[in-house]
Amino acid sequence: MDRRNFLTGATALAGLASGRARAAEATEITFYYPVAVGGPITKIVDGYAADFEKANPEVKVRPIYAGTYQETIVKMLTAHKSGTPPTTSVLLSTDMFSLIDEDAIVPIDGLLKSDADRGWLKSFFPAFMENSRTAGETWGVPFQRSTIVLYWNKDAFREAGLDPEKAPANWDEHVAFAQKLTKRDPSGNATQWGTQIPSSGFPYWLFQALATEAGTKFMDEAGTHTFFDKPEAVEALQYWADLSQKYKCHPPGIVEWGTTPKDFFERKCAMMWTTTGNLTNVRNNTKFPFGVAILPAHKQPGSPTGGGNFYISKKVPAEQQAAAVRFIQWMTSPERAAQWSVDTGYVAVRPDAYDTPTMKAYVEKFPPAAVARDQLKYATAELSTHENQRVTKALNDAIQATLTGSKPADRALKDAQVEAERILKPYR
Amino acid sequence: MKRWRIARQINGWLFLLPAIAFLTLFTYWPALKTLVEGFYSTARPRRPAHFIGIDQYRQLIDDPVFWQALSNNAWYALVSIPVATGIALVMAIWVNDRVPGRALARMAYFTPTVLPMIAVANIWLFFYTPQYGLLEQVVSIFGGPPHNWLGSSSSALAAVTIVAIWKEAGFFMIFYLAALQQISPVLAEAAALEGASRWQFFRRVQFPLLMPTTLFVLINAIINAFRTVDHIIVMTRGGPDNSTMLLLYYVYQVGFSFWDTGYAAALTMVLLALLAAVSLVQYGWLDRRVHYR
Repeated sequence: MDRRNFLTGATALAGLASGRARAAEATEITFYYPVAVGGPITKIVDGYAADFEKANPEVKVRPIYAGTYQETIVKMLTAHKSGTPPTTSVLLSTDMFSLIDEDAIVPIDGLLKSDADRGWLKSFFPAFMENSRTAGETWGVPFQRSTIVLYWNKDAFREAGLDPEKAPANWDEHVAFAQKLTKRDPSGNATQWGTQIPSSGFPYWLFQALATEAGTKFMDEAGTHTFFDKPEAVEALQYWADLSQKYKCHPPGIVEWGTTPKDFFERKCAMMWTTTGNLTNVRNNTKFPFGVAILPAHKQPGSPTGGGNFYISKKVPAEQQAAAVRFIQWMTSPERAAQWSVDTGYVAVRPDAYDTPTMKAYVEKFPPAAVARDQLKYATAELSTHENQRVTKALNDAIQATLTGSKPADRALKDAQVEAERILKPYR
Repeated sequence: MKRWRIARQINGWLFLLPAIAFLTLFTYWPALKTLVEGFYSTARPRRPAHFIGIDQYRQLIDDPVFWQALSNNAWYALVSIPVATGIALVMAIWVNDRVPGRALARMAYFTPTVLPMIAVANIWLFFYTPQYGLLEQVVSIFGGPPHNWLGSSSSALAAVTIVAIWKEAGFFMIFYLAALQQISPVLAEAAALEGASRWQFFRRVQFPLLMPTTLFVLINAIINAFRTVDHIIVMTRGGPDNSTMLLLYYVYQVGFSFWDTGYAAALTMVLLALLAAVSLVQYGWLDRRVHYR
């Protein structure tokens, strides 16, 4: 063997060894995330993780796509119970209390050392932070967040003799417009409904918009009391049921969440209430001019926020938690938040993201992108309590019972309130 | 001689061992564990599980959603089982005869079985869509009134039951078809010589000879009626207002959405007891009345 050859080989070996030593110093963090909207989300997230590693070579990020929100929390909690949770995960903001009760997450503020870090938590829209805080501590960092907005078909407005540039500003206008927009064939069957508020899956979210507009809240900040049977809530549910049962300008029964955008594209409904997360979808698929507006007001305008937050697991080493904080700070920086909003349609989670060149160019080209931001000053926290999914189900059942005509609004909401009381009593 | 018999016994047990090991690991042990867990409260980080006796079962009796799930499931089973079995039998007899395009018909009937339930549910979701769904379009041609099939409490359960029937019938047809082809053609010739009508031949010859298959199909159908909930997850998630809530889906929801594993264990025991009772009736009583060749 040639001596020189041997030498190069040895150096290479040494290089390999030192390379491995450096890799061992790097902190590896795992990151579970769900996909809840259309588009090549996994590719985008992988790209972000790679960019982060380039800027922070001492941290390795392993992003793991974990299914829907529901599947992701099932996987995260199962891993937590077996002792090896992911370092960080994106889960519904409303699952905060459940995660605290399972002892699965740590408060973020406990992990922040400098004043600059603590200032970071103040940089988000306050409406999003409402679902991230309880008992004086911050448990989640807003990431993929949304609100409900109204989409309308400008052509349909024109045909019905309405101003195509003006969305209904309040409940009365909403009904009046919807009645004008409802078209029927000679036998009286509707061919185009005036408005559509989906009620499958998670009707409580849409209902919370109506209830907020009517002027009531659903729960306290501790997540131990609910107020489902307040007169304003009954009024809101009655209004929703009346749209189909009295004013006949909304499809009867339960309206599917998933097909609502399609109904809108197919001109089966002239107005729809759905998430801002559908913005890119609607933009790509409508063949008519459409508008996006904040939801019609009653006593006040309003909508709940929705979507996912970053959480950091409890049962992981401190250096991983610290690395996760850096990763999350990087992911929620103004430039990244703006880019994420452009890529997906989610609302950028902090006001200064809207001052970035990326966002400015996007909003200028596509003004509806700013509507969600403008609505945020009226937005409230999404319904979230201890045993959240169980309490939510009680409310969902009540809403569906009223919309299908099997229970009047006041009785249905009273039943839901009684059930919620029963579930929440042990937590007080 | 005696040694030889013992060796044979050991041999026999050795052959059984793999199956026993797997059944114990994945069936009996979890079932036992579930039974025990049903008597404990759900563990929470600050409140570990403690023995509470039959409290979970008491809660179950007071739980209106459980009773609705049970009655929905009973209705679902009572309709889907006889209808799916009946259709399977008719289809099998039809494609067993020498009809033109027989292979095509067999394939067409069997196709729903090959498709995954999730895909099937999505196809039917489109059929049932209000306004522009296939069903609505057909109904409107005949001037019928529009109906929100999955979105009203009165029709949602029937709608998901039809999906199950459509999915299952083709599968059961294959068993009937195989059994029909085992029946000797001599019998048909003899019946023809005796002047038996088509119905008499079916009633007196084919149907009794198919009884073992019918029993097998019935057992499968009952198990499926309690086991298949994929389409519920895709189509209705138990809604509207629990009108399509089935037992197993409720178990899933309590276990993996509410994380109330103790209560989910109690619900699972009810499901297990139900299925055990059904198979006891089938193997203990019905089996003796079936004519095996």
